[in-house]
Amino acid sequence: MTTQVEQKIRVLIAKPGLDGHDRGAKVIARAFRDAGMEVIYTGLRQTPEMIASAAIQEDVDAIGLSCLSGAHMYLFPRVMELLRERGADDIVVFGGGTIPDEDIQKLKAAGIAAVFTPGATTGEAIEFVRTNVRKTV
Amino acid sequence: MELTRKILEGDVRAAARLMTMIENGASEARAALKSLYPHTGSGYIIGITGPPGSGKSTLTDELTDELRKRRKTVGIVAVDPTSPFTGGAILADRIRMQRHSLDADVFIRSMATRGHLGGLARATNDIVDVMDAAGKEVILIETVGVGQDEVEVVGTAHTCVVVSVPGLGDEVQAIKAGILEIGDIFVVNKADREGANRTATELEMMLHMAPDTGGWLPKVYKTVATKGKGIVELVDAIFEHKAFLDERDLRKKKGRERSERAFLTLLQETLAARTIERFKRNGSMKELIERIADRELDPYTAVEEVLESIGL
Ligand code: B12
Ligand SMILES: Nc1nc2c(ncn2[C@@H]2O[C@H](COP(=O)(O)OP(=O)(O)O)[C@@H](O)[C@H]2O)c(=O)[nH]1
Ligand SMILES: [Mg+2]
Repeated sequence: MTTQVEQKIRVLIAKPGLDGHDRGAKVIARAFRDAGMEVIYTGLRQTPEMIASAAIQEDVDAIGLSCLSGAHMYLFPRVMELLRERGADDIVVFGGGTIPDEDIQKLKAAGIAAVFTPGATTGEAIEFVRTNVRKTV
Repeated sequence: MELTRKILEGDVRAAARLMTMIENGASEARAALKSLYPHTGSGYIIGITGPPGSGKSTLTDELTDELRKRRKTVGIVAVDPTSPFTGGAILADRIRMQRHSLDADVFIRSMATRGHLGGLARATNDIVDVMDAAGKEVILIETVGVGQDEVEVVGTAHTCVVVSVPGLGDEVQAIKAGILEIGDIFVVNKADREGANRTATELEMMLHMAPDTGGWLPKVYKTVATKGKGIVELVDAIFEHKAFLDERDLRKKKGRERSERAFLTLLQETLAARTIERFKRNGSMKELIERIADRELDPYTAVEEVLESIGL
């Protein structure tokens, strides 16, 4: 349209699995909002299928997964797999939570772009999103 | 056009992509909307408005469930406010609707107001059109729910549902100031709470005193959205209103009004954008504004001069 409105970064913050620890996800959601992003928050107990489907309907630039239950090695790669199946793997997937160092490399090999563990600052996560999401809409 | 074809075939990703382009004001969006337009106009649009926390999202989820039982395909557009300080937003209406996220016949889209007032976002109307073209038979719009000036939804929806909750006398006051006129159906949600009957009676009394709006008498329904109570009756009421509109050819009339508003808005936006663009090319905006600020020139004359300079 002739009126060029600004382009916003849209991010889905999701809690996959049965893990009820949602403080980290909420801290990140608020920080992203305060950084000027549009954050879609879908709440607790999401299956990878629900996450992939919501991400596509919402046409997000990135998905941030939060997991403190230890089930990340199944849940994170499964989200990637579903996005790939639906031709939506240009969406950047990253995550955070209590994730041991030895798992981080494996997650990255599975396509997870970055992992933020306890102690990571919200600023680092914001910086990551800003430099890594797709630039063209 | 490739994008249009995909959307008409029901490609979710393509429709979602276009919605983003519309929100961002991308120039490609206009072309796609042009070719989709002939495929719009059959979706039935329902507005859900009311104060924050009254249960709009939960009701929308329940309505969707009932509509799916009646074999209707559903589109949902949920609007949340953009923070005026940061430009960001947390869009959380989906939390209450996620059970439908795997249903191919339900399309949920969250959007932020991005500074637009009136209860909707600037792009809501166009996004409803995309859902309509993508074949959604019923489209639910959940408004922001912040103020009393949530009147824009009337211009978009065929049936407008106003949600309130028991207790808060102020709530009813708020409804009185402006929102009473826009409701086709009134809901007292959270009817599991004390005072639901009283709130419903108060509302009914106010509706009796309201000016006649062409033969339709809005009724008050009590629901408990979290338990799915009263939902069947509410959906019946919505279809009753739809039948009322259709019998009197009023849906067409509403459609015409919506088209008029959409056209005028688009014309205004386009005119303003082109005028400013052209003026910026020829004259100096900054200089002109300085002269106005220094009281060398008044803004009325300035506007006339600008329009004259570009031949309008
Ligand atoms: C608070 C807490 C709870 C609270 C949760 C409250 C809530 N609503 O969140 C309560 C008391 C309910 C709880 C319960 C349990 N907990 Co607990 N809990 C914790 C604790 C102490 C702190 C977690 C926290 O909130 N931190 C503060 C937030 C801000 O940090 P964060 O979530 O780590 O997020 C940061 C980063 O990880 C990252 N991040 C996180 N997510 C994301 C996402 C994205 C996109 C990005 C970019 C970054 C990011 O950024 C954040 C900021 O730095 C941790 C221990 C620990 N030190 O982590 C245990 C811990 C997570 N809990 C644990 C356990 C075992 C449980 C229980 C199973 C205990 C039980 N037996 O009942 C239950 C399960 C509850 C459930 N339903 O899932 C274990 C998990 C072990 C594991 N992973 O194998 C931990 C690690 C404790 C331990 N050392 O054993 N818990
Ligand atoms: N007690 C009760 N709580 C409800 C009812 N409907 C919704 N709620 C709760 O009210 C809160 C706000 O609901 P939500 O649908 O998000 O409201 P919205 O802000 O208007 O969209 C949530 O915690 C709901 O679970 C109801 O009928 N009864
Ligand atoms: Mg809501």
